[in-house]
Amino acid sequence: MFRQLDDPGAAALTIYIDGQAVTARAGETVAGVMMRQASPVTRTTPVHGSPRGPYCMMGVCFECLATVDGMASTQTCMLPVHDGMKVERQHGKRSVA
Amino acid sequence: MTEKYDLVIVGAGPAGMHAAIQARSHGLRVLVADDQPAPGGQIWRAVERTAAKATGDILGEDYQAGAAVVRGFRACGADYRPSTQVWQIEKGWHVYMTHGQQATVVQADNILLATGAQERPAPFPGWTLPGVMTVGAAQILLKTSGQVPDQPVWIAGSGPLVLVYIKQLLQAGGRVAGWLDTAPTQNWRRGLPHLLSALGGWRDLRKGYRWMQALRKAKVPIYRGVADIRAEGDGRLSQIVFQAAGGVQQRVPAQLLLVHEGVVPSIHVTRALECELDWVPAQRCFSPRTDKWGHTSQPGIFIAGDGAGIAGARAACLRGQLAGIGIARHMGKIGDGQADKLAAPVRNRLARELALRPLLDAMYPPRADTASPSDDTIVCRCEELTAGEIRAYAKLGRPGPNQIKSFTRAGMGPCQGRQCGYTIANILAEAQQRPVAEVGFYRIRPPLKPLTLGELASLDDGA
Amino acid sequence: MESYDVIVIGAGMVGAAIAYGLAGRNCKVLVLDGADNDYRAAKANFGLVWVQGKGFGAPDYQRISRRAARMWPAFGEQLADESGIALDYENRGGLSFCVGGTEWDERQARLASWNAQVPEEAACTRMLDRGQLQSLLPGVRLGVDVTGASLGETDGHVNPLKLLAALHKALLVRGAKLINDAPATAIDPLSGGGFAVHAGNLRYEGAQVVIAAGLGSGRLGRMVGLDAPLRPQRGQILVTERLAPLLPLPASGIRQTGEGTVMIGVTQEEVGYDLHTTTSAAVQMSRRATRVLPDLAKARLVRQWSCLRIMTPDGCPVYAQSSSHPGAWIALCHSGVTLASFHAGPIADAVSHSALGAEFNFFHHRRFDVSTIG
Repeated sequence: MFRQLDDPGAAALTIYIDGQAVTARAGETVAGVMMRQASPVTRTTPVHGSPRGPYCMMGVCFECLATVDGMASTQTCMLPVHDGMKVERQHGKRSVA
Repeated sequence: MTEKYDLVIVGAGPAGMHAAIQARSHGLRVLVADDQPAPGGQIWRAVERTAAKATGDILGEDYQAGAAVVRGFRACGADYRPSTQVWQIEKGWHVYMTHGQQATVVQADNILLATGAQERPAPFPGWTLPGVMTVGAAQILLKTSGQVPDQPVWIAGSGPLVLVYIKQLLQAGGRVAGWLDTAPTQNWRRGLPHLLSALGGWRDLRKGYRWMQALRKAKVPIYRGVADIRAEGDGRLSQIVFQAAGGVQQRVPAQLLLVHEGVVPSIHVTRALECELDWVPAQRCFSPRTDKWGHTSQPGIFIAGDGAGIAGARAACLRGQLAGIGIARHMGKIGDGQADKLAAPVRNRLARELALRPLLDAMYPPRADTASPSDDTIVCRCEELTAGEIRAYAKLGRPGPNQIKSFTRAGMGPCQGRQCGYTIANILAEAQQRPVAEVGFYRIRPPLKPLTLGELASLDDGA
Repeated sequence: MESYDVIVIGAGMVGAAIAYGLAGRNCKVLVLDGADNDYRAAKANFGLVWVQGKGFGAPDYQRISRRAARMWPAFGEQLADESGIALDYENRGGLSFCVGGTEWDERQARLASWNAQVPEEAACTRMLDRGQLQSLLPGVRLGVDVTGASLGETDGHVNPLKLLAALHKALLVRGAKLINDAPATAIDPLSGGGFAVHAGNLRYEGAQVVIAAGLGSGRLGRMVGLDAPLRPQRGQILVTERLAPLLPLPASGIRQTGEGTVMIGVTQEEVGYDLHTTTSAAVQMSRRATRVLPDLAKARLVRQWSCLRIMTPDGCPVYAQSSSHPGAWIALCHSGVTLASFHAGPIADAVSHSALGAEFNFFHHRRFDVSTIG
């Protein structure tokens, strides 16, 4: 959906989205990386299971929630990437068990 | 022992940074908490790493100017805490915040809220589909990820931010498939009565004119007076349906739709602290009541920046300075006379910045149906409630927003009413035939933003 | 001027249930509700339909609680049918978790005494040790300090907001009239019998009046010889984001709702009319909840709020008809959810027949010996 204007070069790092390795650049947010994928969906809602993706990119809509390094319901637009980060799309009501 | 400060500033954007610099110059002990990893707020987001790059040039001088402010802020001696989420403020003032999953509390004599603004929630059918985002979101992606839509993008809405972003996108080599301009046709007529007073901001007027020229030159398809927008798709956006003024309904394929109907002050924290708010008819939003220093109706709570009233980054800087001076005066560090003297030139510049507002407000009212969405439009995104469902309860007696919240769960999701509060108030106002100002807004409860029970239980209150 | 058989002042959990009951007994009912920002205990219920431990030392209260729980299933079904609103009512028992050995022993002793206070009724609670509790909650990770729980076999839970919405809808369906934003300011007896109720500039007439106005009942009650003492008691509650099923049975401090949110509570604070929430209470409640169910540490808290319970001096309900002003009634309690079936049934019956049976004599506020009027 989005493309980067230039190569990250030295700032490149790798994160994993649902197990798949993806290039990211230091300083950007997880949601920014999600918006470069084929599907912008980060979760399905806990109410009706509707797919949602990032909407506001500034932390006021709570649509971009995903599980990051085991922590569910994380606002991916507020979180800078780090190398090796594991992101999983969140489906329906998240489990705490 | 709980750490004590003269002033805690929430938000390290233009207003927060300037207030910190000013307050520090008077020797105040200042803490600045911000939920972003670096200073800049939204307007100067990621400015430290982006200003000097090619993307910085695309974003323009107004953006790049932030870099100097950030340098000044980092050097001013405030206790700056990035990636820190403030989740409650209690009388005393006790400020509770979380960083790295650890909760702490500090005590402050004064609080400055510099949490800025958010885009006006502007629901329409299908707006919750993945692929629909705000124009502001796209601009943040340009700032933080250096990225642009990879296909010609559709944009729906009106206001200066739309023009700025289109200009930046074109300069970056992106393309616009079409701009659905939702401003009333011939909106320049609505602006005319305010033109004389707007001339104080003539540089901005000229800038706006130049942006329009750039759009024309790039032959961006513009559809005027657009109403009735629908986003459609199965699980994600695949087409947009719209009607331009005097035209037939059109259907176009689209993967990405950027929307914008103006910005409104973030009132979440001001509501939580029970500061008095006034309804501003020209902007169709609530704004906190403050004195000339930004002091709200709650003693010790100040507000500056777009959170005090939409006026842009330069005005935010100036209001931040005024708040810094005002707080120093409030604490007795400087006398009234000295405070007024320091403030005078700032107030003059602020007056010039505010000159353009009435013109912009008149020319770019929000799309009419944001106040009156169709029954099938989702109005509470978190709880997936439609306008029709809210309307069904609106007529059961004459409930206010808080009763509607308890009947329908509207406002009870994670966004805590940020995306639905205004829409619910508008729906009630229309159904009950009374002004929005009378209907009011949700009562806001803690936490100011969701935090985990583990973080809460971890609170180190220094005791 | 239209005249009503009964004017019910207050459309909270108590008023709405009584009005619903009256409207189903051929009474012409008007319900007057307060303003959007009024103290509304009804919006802050935990949602328990609870019997275990109710009315310790006041056996008549235990009796009506047991009775209310027995009536609840039929009441709930009928209400859901008439209103078209599902109540998410479950009646599979309820727990009171015990943390540490002393808590368990104390709970056991207390419930044994409690059961014995109403000897004609079979015991409806039993103690579970940790192993038994774990078998009842397979797959639920219990905190290391959890020693067990008391199980109330007749306990259950319901969605309290849906219950209130359903009562409002159903009382309208039954033909009662509801006026919002009309807080009652005065009650005057009429010379020919009956009462005039003033709500600001508005005036309504009814043969009888029921004061079910929560904390506003004291002032109104005194106008018609019903001087029932009451005080506010603050309760704070936490609620999380929606979670996958975690806790299959409601507990007295932790309950997972039909939507998946987990409610945690509740404090009991004597702070007057102060609705502010406190972080110290939130921290305390989180610590207790995560001690019982450690997995909750990862759940996100979305909302904390408070309410003011309507507390009588002994915590038991007040139901009384005025002797100086017959036809004027007062109904007060802090367990409006559990007693909803009772309010819509026997209490509505009593009002429609203008007489409250002798088995409810205990509930008259004269038990507080407060004043000579009423």
